Amino acid sequence: MTNLKFLSATAEPALLDLPWQLALEDWPEEKIAALPKGISRHTVRFVKLDDHVIAIKETLFDLAKREYEMLRDLEKLEIPCVEPFAIVSGRKTEDGEELPAVLITRHLKYSLPYRAMWSQGIKEQTAKRLVDALALLLVRLHLIGFFWGDVSLSNTLFRRDAGSFAAYLVDAETGQLYESRLSNGQRENDLEIARVNIAGELMDLVASGKAQEVDPVAISQRIVDKYHSLWKELTEVQAFAGDERYKIEERVRRLNELGFDIEEMRMERAPGGSEIKIQPKVVDAGHHQRRLIRLTGLDVEENQARRLLNQIDEFALHNDPDADEEMMAHKWLSQEFEPVVNAVPRELRTKIENAELFHEVLEHQWQKSNELERDVELLEAVQSYTDEILVNRRDESAYLGTTTEMITLPNPVPSGEYVVDEEEGDWRDLV
Amino acid sequence: MASVKFEKASRVYPGGTTPAVDQLELDIKDGEFLVLVGPSGCGKSTSLRMLAGLEEVNDGAIYIGDKDVTDVAPKDRDIAMVFQNYALYPHMTVAENMGFALKIAGIAKEERAERVLEAAKLLDLEDYLSRKPKALSGGQRQRVAMGRAIVRQPQVFLMDEPLSNLDAKLRVQTRTQIASLQKRLGVTTVYVTHDQVEAMTMGDRVAVLKDGLLQQVASPRELYDRPANVFVAGFIGSPAMNLMQLPIVDGGVQFGDVVLPVGKEVTEKSSASKVTVGIRPEKFEVSEHGLPATIDLVEELGSDGYLYGRAQVEGADVNLIIRTDPHDHPMAGDQIHLRSTAEEVHIFDTESGERLN
Repeated sequence: MTNLKFLSATAEPALLDLPWQLALEDWPEEKIAALPKGISRHTVRFVKLDDHVIAIKETLFDLAKREYEMLRDLEKLEIPCVEPFAIVSGRKTEDGEELPAVLITRHLKYSLPYRAMWSQGIKEQTAKRLVDALALLLVRLHLIGFFWGDVSLSNTLFRRDAGSFAAYLVDAETGQLYESRLSNGQRENDLEIARVNIAGELMDLVASGKAQEVDPVAISQRIVDKYHSLWKELTEVQAFAGDERYKIEERVRRLNELGFDIEEMRMERAPGGSEIKIQPKVVDAGHHQRRLIRLTGLDVEENQARRLLNQIDEFALHNDPDADEEMMAHKWLSQEFEPVVNAVPRELRTKIENAELFHEVLEHQWQKSNELERDVELLEAVQSYTDEILVNRRDESAYLGTTTEMITLPNPVPSGEYVVDEEEGDWRDLV
Repeated sequence: MASVKFEKASRVYPGGTTPAVDQLELDIKDGEFLVLVGPSGCGKSTSLRMLAGLEEVNDGAIYIGDKDVTDVAPKDRDIAMVFQNYALYPHMTVAENMGFALKIAGIAKEERAERVLEAAKLLDLEDYLSRKPKALSGGQRQRVAMGRAIVRQPQVFLMDEPLSNLDAKLRVQTRTQIASLQKRLGVTTVYVTHDQVEAMTMGDRVAVLKDGLLQQVASPRELYDRPANVFVAGFIGSPAMNLMQLPIVDGGVQFGDVVLPVGKEVTEKSSASKVTVGIRPEKFEVSEHGLPATIDLVEELGSDGYLYGRAQVEGADVNLIIRTDPHDHPMAGDQIHLRSTAEEVHIFDTESGERLN
C-alpha cells in the first residue's frame, strides 16, 4: 500500500478507502454497485462512492494515463464523453504482488448501455435511433480531428433525448487526436470499423435471443449512410449565383436545424465572375442546447432543447406574442415546466431526467387528448402519466445493466475463469 | 497475395515543413514479413497508414501487386489491419465470430463455411468451431481474432504495434505466435514496432527509419553485421554498439597505444581527420595493450557477463559496454586495455555518419 499513487483533478478522500490491495475481481460485494456480466477486455466494475457511481477499469498504467488525458482533451473540446476521474497506480497485494493500474471514470447519470434497451422489448426503430446518435457523435469527433479506432455501440453510452438518443463516448483507449483534420481514409476507416462492429454487436444480440426483429446488416449500413449525409451537409462547398445570397441564410438555417452553429464560414467569389462559393469552416454542435441555457438555464440534450424551445415559442404566442423572449421563457419555466416536474411524487422523480420527463408528459398529453377527443390539461396529463407509465418504469439514474458483454483483443490483463460451454451444433448453420 | 511497393512516397502533414515520410522507396516481396522500426516520430506508423490508405500520399505512389493503390479507399485495398480492436461476441460461436464479417460483405454461405474451416485448421481451432468464446483459453481467443483477419483472405496484413498493450510475458509469447503463423500463411505482412528486439526476431527483413527517412532495409543479420550508418549501428543491437571518435593515423586508426590497421581505402573516404569507430560489446578483447579503460560495474547474468566502463579517448571519457566471460573477468575498479580486430570494427564518417568500411 505504501506506493499507492492517485492522479486526479479533484481530491476525493473516499477514494482512499477502497480496497486497492485486492484485484478488482475480488472486491467485496458491498463495495460493488453492479456486477458486470460476461467477459470484457479489462475487468471493469462499478462502485458507489459517496453519492455517485464510478466505473473502475483495470489496465496498464500507460494506457490508463493516455486514456485519462484523452478524455480530458475531449471534455475541453465539448465532446459528449464520460468524465475521467482518477488513475490509481502502484497497487500491490498484501503479499507484495503487483496489481494493474486502474482508470476511474464517473458514471454518466441517466445513461444506458445499448444492451439495456433490449431488455424492454424494444424494436428495430430503437436500433436505428441508437445508430443515428452514434453517427452524429462520430461526425462531431471527426470534425475536431479525433480518430476513434474502435467505434462500436459497446463503447458508447446513450441518454434519452426526446424520443431519440444522445450518444456519449466511453472508451477512448484506441483514439488519437490529430492537430490537422482527418484524412478521408481515416474517416472511412472509422466508419468501416463502426459498420463491422455494429453488425457484430447486433448479430450477437440476435444470437442471444433478443432483438430477433433486427436486421444487423441493414442497420450497420445505416451508420455509413447517415454519417455521409451529415458530413456532406456540414462541410460541403456550395456554389450559387451572386443574386442568390439568400442561399447563405438557407444553409445556416439548415445547419441550425441539424443542431449546429457556424462559427466560421468561408466565402469566395471567383475573380471576375459573379458565382459565390461558401463552405462552413467551423461548426459547433449544440445550437438548441445553447439557446435554451441562455433563456432558462436548463442544460439538456439537443433534441430535448429543441422540444422545450418549441414549447416556449408556443407559450409566448399563446400568452403575449410581443413580449421579450427571455421574459416569456422565465414565465414558461415557472408556469409550465416546474409545475410538471413538481407534480411528480419525489420518490418517482429519479426514474427519469426532468427534461425527458417533460417531453414524455407532452407526448402523453397528446395521446390522451386524441383518445378522449378533448383537450387534456398539462397537469392532468402529468397525473395520468405518473399513474400509468412512470410507476412501471425502471430507475434509470444509475442503471448499469450489463457492461460490454464481449472480449476485445489483445488482452493486456488476462484474468478470470472461463466456463466451458457445452452447447454444440453444426457451426455451418451459423456462419 | 501480393508484393508491396513504395515508390518515392512522401507524406507532408498540413502546416508541416518537413515531410513525416520522405521519398520512401521500399520493395516488399510477396509473402515477406517486413518490419518497420525506428524511434518515435520516425515515420514508421505514418508509412503503414499510407499503405493502409489512412494517410494521404502527397508525392510518389504505392502499389499492392501491380495495382497502384495511391488513391484507393482503405476498404478497397484488400488489406487487413490485424489486431485492431477485435471483439469476440459471447453469444456467437467461434465459427460465427470468425466469419460474420464475410456475411456483411455478402459472401455466400458455402464459401463462408469453407474459408472459416480453412482458417480454423491453420489456427488449430477446428475442434472449437461450434463452441462459444468463453470456453476458450486466452491464447485460443487471440487466434480466433486472427482468424477474423485470415478469413478475409487479404493480400497484405498490416500490424501497428500490436503487442504494445501486452505485458512483457504475453508479448514474447504472442511475438512467436505471430511470426510462426505468418510463415504458415505466407501472406505478405508489414509490421510496425519501436522495439528493435521485436523487429530483429520477427522480420525477414527490417526497414529502419529516422526522421521520415529510410536508413537501411536489410535482413536482421545484415543490419547487425553491416549497419549502413551510425544511426542504424546505435539503434540495432542490445546492448548497443560502442561508438567513439578516433583519429586517423598512418596505417589505420589510433586505438589507445596501438594502431588499428584499417585500410587506407577506408580512411581515405573520411571527410575529417577522425572517424567514428563502432565496436559491438562482444567484439572487445581484454589485452596488454590497446584502448585504456576503467571498469565501473560488472554485471553477471549467468550465461553472459557485462562490464560497464569508461575509455579515455583523447582526454575525454567514453562510456563502454563489454561482453565478457561470466566466470573470468576483470573486477570493478580495474584498469584494463581493450583490443579488437580491424575486420570486426565498423568505421563511419564522423560528419555524414555513413559507413566507410
